[in-house]
Amino acid sequence: MIDVNHLSKKFETLEVLSDVSLHVDKGECVCFIGPSGSGKSTFLRCLNLLEIPTSGEIFFDDVSMTDPKTDINKMRQKMGMVFQHFNLFPNLTILRNLTLAPTRTGLLSKDAAEKKAMELLERVGLADKASAYPAQLSGGQKQRVAIVRALCMEPEVMLFDEPTSALDPEMVGEVLDVMKSLAASGMTMIVVTHEMGFAREVANRVLFLEGGKILEEGTPDQIFSHPQTDRLSSFLAKVL
Amino acid sequence: MRVEQYTAWKALITGGESVTAWQKFYVYFYQAFIEKNRWQQYINGVGTTLYVTALALVLGIILGIIVAVVRTAHDQQRPGHHNPILGVLNAIFRIYVTVIRGTPMMVQLLIMGFVIFSSSKNFAMVGALTLGINSGAYQAEIIRGGLMSVDQGQMEASRSLGLNYIDTMRFVIIPQAIKAILPALGNEFIVLLKDTSLISVIGGKELLYAARAIVSRTYEAMFPYLITAAIYLILVMIFTYLLGIFERRLRTSDRR
Repeated sequence: MIDVNHLSKKFETLEVLSDVSLHVDKGECVCFIGPSGSGKSTFLRCLNLLEIPTSGEIFFDDVSMTDPKTDINKMRQKMGMVFQHFNLFPNLTILRNLTLAPTRTGLLSKDAAEKKAMELLERVGLADKASAYPAQLSGGQKQRVAIVRALCMEPEVMLFDEPTSALDPEMVGEVLDVMKSLAASGMTMIVVTHEMGFAREVANRVLFLEGGKILEEGTPDQIFSHPQTDRLSSFLAKVL
Repeated sequence: MRVEQYTAWKALITGGESVTAWQKFYVYFYQAFIEKNRWQQYINGVGTTLYVTALALVLGIILGIIVAVVRTAHDQQRPGHHNPILGVLNAIFRIYVTVIRGTPMMVQLLIMGFVIFSSSKNFAMVGALTLGINSGAYQAEIIRGGLMSVDQGQMEASRSLGLNYIDTMRFVIIPQAIKAILPALGNEFIVLLKDTSLISVIGGKELLYAARAIVSRTYEAMFPYLITAAIYLILVMIFTYLLGIFERRLRTSDRR
């Protein structure tokens, strides 16, 4: 479903990603772990072209994302993204946050979008917040809304950029639960995370990034129980 | 106030007799405001002032938003995706802002009134046009500052949902920017309202023009100008009050 070939990204002279390749199948949940500055978030942001790769190719459903002729807005509609800092629209109610994109892009009519939004809010237990504004929600509630906002576009893949890093510890669980049920429903997910428990439990595949390169790749069991490199062993020793 | 009283006391003053402060006040105020229904001149003047302010305001906002959005869009282009049309517009708008901010309002009015539109007799319209163009340059920079102050994550979140740049600006960025810049915009609107007094130099018959006409009739400056100042003060206070209401309405999304 997603093919990344020899992706590199430079900021000025700093090389953040060097020659990263990845293949993700439909229904897979792939987790990226690694130290700060290893390029995890940059890699994720390259997938929907929030960052423009310096070189390399990205294919989504066999359409090249990096081709200038590709309608990037159309492609992004199929890729939901959840951010570390939620990035809900503070000037709009929760319901409007959810329905803005589906209605403006012509995906759904206003009624259909509201119906879908309420269904999804119901599922994450936030139906009573539909007319509230983001400022009235807790961090965990905001992130659940942000996930629902992405889901309202009926995406084929969900990208998560450290979705629990900005949350109070006691709110991490409620967001991870939503993500787990999403993975269980067969959604293709690419997750950048520091939640090793989540990666171990939910991921089909875990990739360890260090210095802009994929240092190790494997099943959660291989990565967490049988690390091959010293770097991964020392990383795991510090975070587990 | 009675006309007999006025004529009697006026005769005392012109006769060089000593009068009380109250009699003097009575006579000069009567002269400045009531005699020959002069209050109508102030009202007509205020009408023109408000009309010119409204026209200039609308023109200024439209220009300001267009210039600010184009300049921001130009600066936010993806590297390697430079749109040539945006480049040209950006260059034109930069010159516009530089020239307008770099020359005095009064000089702009004189050039517009006596050079570019020297054959036009619609002085108020020329004045409104000049003020609007002037205000647009300042508003553009205020709005641009507002657009840049909105968290970059808002743009990313909206674009990641597949919304295009225009929709993102319209529904997400501009509403948040306006809330942030409303105090600065209010300031600019107040300056604009008061700057309409300048169009009297090209013959625009606004409030100050009316006051000056009365001064030249009565040879008495104090009351016409004091009355004018009072009217401007009241207008600005009403304006500030309305802005306050608007600001509170925009703050609904802040309540917790």
